[in-house]
Amino acid sequence: MSTPTTVRTEPSVHRPRDERRLPWYHLVFTGIAGLLVAIAVLAIVGALSVTSAILLGFVLHLLFGWGYSLLREGPRWATDRLMTLLVIGAFAISMFPLLSLLWSVISRGLTRVIAARPTTFAFWTEDMSGIIGGADAGGVFHAIVGTLLITLWASIISIPVGLFTAIFLVEYANVGWKRTLGRGVTFLVDVMTGIPSIVAGLFGLAVFIAFMPDQSVRMGIMGAVALSLLMIPTVVRNSEEMLRLVPMDLREAAYALGVPKWLTIVKVVLRTAIAGLTTGITLAIARVIGETAPLLLTVGMVTSVNWNMFDGRMATLPTFINQQYRNGNANCMSDTVTNPINQEVYACAVSTNIDRAWAAAFTLIVIVMVLNIIARMISHYFSPKLSR
Amino acid sequence: MSTADIEPDAASAPPASMKSGGRRFGDALFNALSVGSGLLIFVTLAAVAIFLTLESLPAIIASREFSGSADFSLIEYSLPLVFGTVLASAIALVIAIPISLGIALFISHFAPRRLASALGYMIDLLAAVPSVVYGLWGGVWLVPKLEPLYVFLNTYFGWIPLFAGEPTAPMRNLASASVVLAVMVLPIITAVSREVFLQTPRLQEEAALALGATRWETIRTVVLPFGRGGVVAASMLGLGRALGETMAVLMILAPGATFSLHILEVGRHNSIAANIASKQAEASGVDMSLLIFTGLVLFVLTFVINAIARWIVARSGPKS
Amino acid sequence: MNVRKNKLVSLAALGLVGGLALSACGGGSDNGGTDGASDGGGAAGGYAELSGNLAGSGASSMQNAQTAWTESFMGLTQAEGGDLTVTYDPTGSGTGREQFLSGQVQFAGTDAALDEEELTKSAEVCNDSQAFDLPVYISPIAVVFNLEGVDSLNLTPEVIAGIFAGDITKWNDPAIAESNPDAELPDLDIVPVHRSDDSGTTENFTEYLSETAPDAWTHGPVETWPIDGGQSGDGTSGLISTVEGGNGTIGYADASQAGNLGTAAIQVGDEFVEYSADAAAKAVDVSPREEGREENDIVVELDRTTEEAGVYPIVLVSYLALCGSYADSAQGEAVKAYASYMISEEGQATAAEAAGSAPISEELRTEAQAAIDGITVG
Repeated sequence: MSTPTTVRTEPSVHRPRDERRLPWYHLVFTGIAGLLVAIAVLAIVGALSVTSAILLGFVLHLLFGWGYSLLREGPRWATDRLMTLLVIGAFAISMFPLLSLLWSVISRGLTRVIAARPTTFAFWTEDMSGIIGGADAGGVFHAIVGTLLITLWASIISIPVGLFTAIFLVEYANVGWKRTLGRGVTFLVDVMTGIPSIVAGLFGLAVFIAFMPDQSVRMGIMGAVALSLLMIPTVVRNSEEMLRLVPMDLREAAYALGVPKWLTIVKVVLRTAIAGLTTGITLAIARVIGETAPLLLTVGMVTSVNWNMFDGRMATLPTFINQQYRNGNANCMSDTVTNPINQEVYACAVSTNIDRAWAAAFTLIVIVMVLNIIARMISHYFSPKLSR
Repeated sequence: MSTADIEPDAASAPPASMKSGGRRFGDALFNALSVGSGLLIFVTLAAVAIFLTLESLPAIIASREFSGSADFSLIEYSLPLVFGTVLASAIALVIAIPISLGIALFISHFAPRRLASALGYMIDLLAAVPSVVYGLWGGVWLVPKLEPLYVFLNTYFGWIPLFAGEPTAPMRNLASASVVLAVMVLPIITAVSREVFLQTPRLQEEAALALGATRWETIRTVVLPFGRGGVVAASMLGLGRALGETMAVLMILAPGATFSLHILEVGRHNSIAANIASKQAEASGVDMSLLIFTGLVLFVLTFVINAIARWIVARSGPKS
Repeated sequence: MNVRKNKLVSLAALGLVGGLALSACGGGSDNGGTDGASDGGGAAGGYAELSGNLAGSGASSMQNAQTAWTESFMGLTQAEGGDLTVTYDPTGSGTGREQFLSGQVQFAGTDAALDEEELTKSAEVCNDSQAFDLPVYISPIAVVFNLEGVDSLNLTPEVIAGIFAGDITKWNDPAIAESNPDAELPDLDIVPVHRSDDSGTTENFTEYLSETAPDAWTHGPVETWPIDGGQSGDGTSGLISTVEGGNGTIGYADASQAGNLGTAAIQVGDEFVEYSADAAAKAVDVSPREEGREENDIVVELDRTTEEAGVYPIVLVSYLALCGSYADSAQGEAVKAYASYMISEEGQATAAEAAGSAPISEELRTEAQAAIDGITVG
């Protein structure tokens, strides 16, 4: 959203002369001054580098900009300047690691995905059956299927439970025993956010093994249950926050029209909050779609596609990444590796496992991106057309 | 925030299109479903707690505290891990919260609209990057980049206990792990805070601006108080992830078991979750039980930290 | 599952004839459907009726080899019309043994052979027979280092022990210089890197140190690194990336993952030996069998102090734990066929190619095959 910049009506308080605003380019001057001083200081100390100059320059810029503004514009605007610079600074600092992370994943992953081994994008359509040693081939189709299925089932479990818990907390837990229960639930949900993912995995494993004759059973649904343990609190927390933001007036208006409570919740509260809710749920999905530890324990690993959530092991992208990373450098005794199943011959590459790990990470990000777009379309389609 | 007093009573006339039977059924169903979900949370958590306790019982019984003779002590084993976990998460949050608030405010109140939605999108994506990748990236890219900073801090600020000690390359120390944790929780805290800031009533903001408040004053007096609850919730989510994060810490930290404050030194700290992940592969019997006990400790730790946070929030500041 | 008697015969023959039969009978799939009327040479036909699921779990050290084995074996069975799924979870040796003994998996991979207690316990899940171990995976452990300007080093056991115990702290220490007269050793701190997780690699490495240099290494053979603090990495890949990330670092890892790092030649007798598959396999051949075990329970007591020429004594031997008898005949047949494949010449060659392991010797293979043939089914 944009803040109106036209509102510049100064209140007629004391010393209005000092409270005039300077044009923005004064900030550029102070910035350049800060950078120059930083370079000079660093050159004298003998620690001059691009990173250190930018860092020290920014700190000095804060100081100069604030001091300059204090002299010319007065303390209130000086604080404003300082905070603006700090916010932008926080943003810029965080962009370094975040962009580099995205860049690492995209550059290293995309290279492998579009590499013609054996055809472009074969990485997304092939699985790992018969891929051994340093064979520079194979793909993640089986892992994509596994990740989508398991995440879907985790969502089927978590979203209704999480959403209804949030509705309970916001709409029902107001009086009497429900209030007490509500407080307990809020607290427990907070605690649940802290369940270490590996404990969720152990729990998912234990729950199923307790009721199964076959102790070696591993299947997709176990992973989905373990993941929903991690997903529910995120859904509840995010949705609760968003539901609370729905203005009380809207509910009151609906009640005044005689709309029953449940319909008010569905048609007014949920619809008003839909944008926030979708963000919250997308975030919750994003939170669990990359979870490794619980899936390692509950779904195992296979090299080919398994569509059945209730029978047999499944491959998922996070566990695939983990496995490939752990395989580390491959061993190449000769230049080629033969697929024992279809007798195809591949080139041997020492870095093949790591390459596949990055490419799978890239794939995961693409999936989340697509999910995000879908979520945005949903929220765009359903949200009430307000001015915002 | 009570809605009880404005609940529609049966006396108000329903619209003609609405059958009263459907209405009663709908309300009853919703009531049952939401209360049921709340109760389900109780049951689930109770199940997790019972499971953890049962599984860690063998270690508790076999420990020196309980049996008086065993060769391992639960407290000696767990306390350094608790210390490392809390220290790493605390540093991560100290780094992440201000920066996340900065990004969230930048997106909601400073950036041009197009840029803002693109950024918001990117942040959401980052929340989905699996922790293995954070670990991979942290170990390969970040740790070498941080080395000069650590050397600088160690040389000039070595008199502060945190930066004292003798860092050796590669810097697989607690500080690096904390920085990676901070990067991991950034998207989570940012995404929720941004959403909350965007919900600030427009009228209040415009009123503040109309009164001549600067942009920062508007944010300080209107946006931040309004978003306070949301920011706390977001931070707790971030804390939860930081406390329980496994793979990234495992891949970055060279572990040790001391109470050292020297976060730049290698091989001094470890976190509970990373320790479980690292040892569980070769653990069985009482060793496994001991690891699950540390999981229980982490569970309780989250309990305590959440309780403290709630208490602080309840004590300070007005209710929104 | 109807398994005919003559099928057993053909399976037994399969193992004896070994990889030769397998490779020679690529076109023998049409035999599979018949009653196994073919002679021993047609053994490959036995795969046709394998079906169901076979699950194994255990040591992560042999994960790469197991992937190669499971994929190749499933490839072979599919080629002959069989429908068998074999999986291997790298859960770790301890968990693998535990799952095996509680019947969760049909076979286990483990860095340490089953002990007496475990063998006794195995009767519960093994159809009242005892389980046994077979050495199927031999892997040299390399001492890797990252030191600018130095590509190869000669190290004596005492020096390695001194470095990892923290007594030798500089690269230009006279003890190192003595055996490396040609290398230019810098005045740089040595950063020893160990495995932060519990692992069979650590155990074999420390066992080597404590037997060859008991004065310098006083911590004994241990699975968990005994010295607190210091640089470390999780898993082989973590250790390798830690060693790569510093200068003057030294560590120990599965030789197949050493990548571009320098590897040290180890003193054995009077000469320095670089790791190699042959030298590692030889280490197993010169070592005696562990005493007090059943005939079919083949466990090697590695002789680390050997002075024989061309032997590389820092090796890791991983075992396959199997039941002496399987109640489910389909599963039993599948286990026998799979185990025979693993130790066959072809299976060992596949593992060598995929995981850089050292193939077991012909002598060992014959004994192991006899043990597998002794498995009763049904």
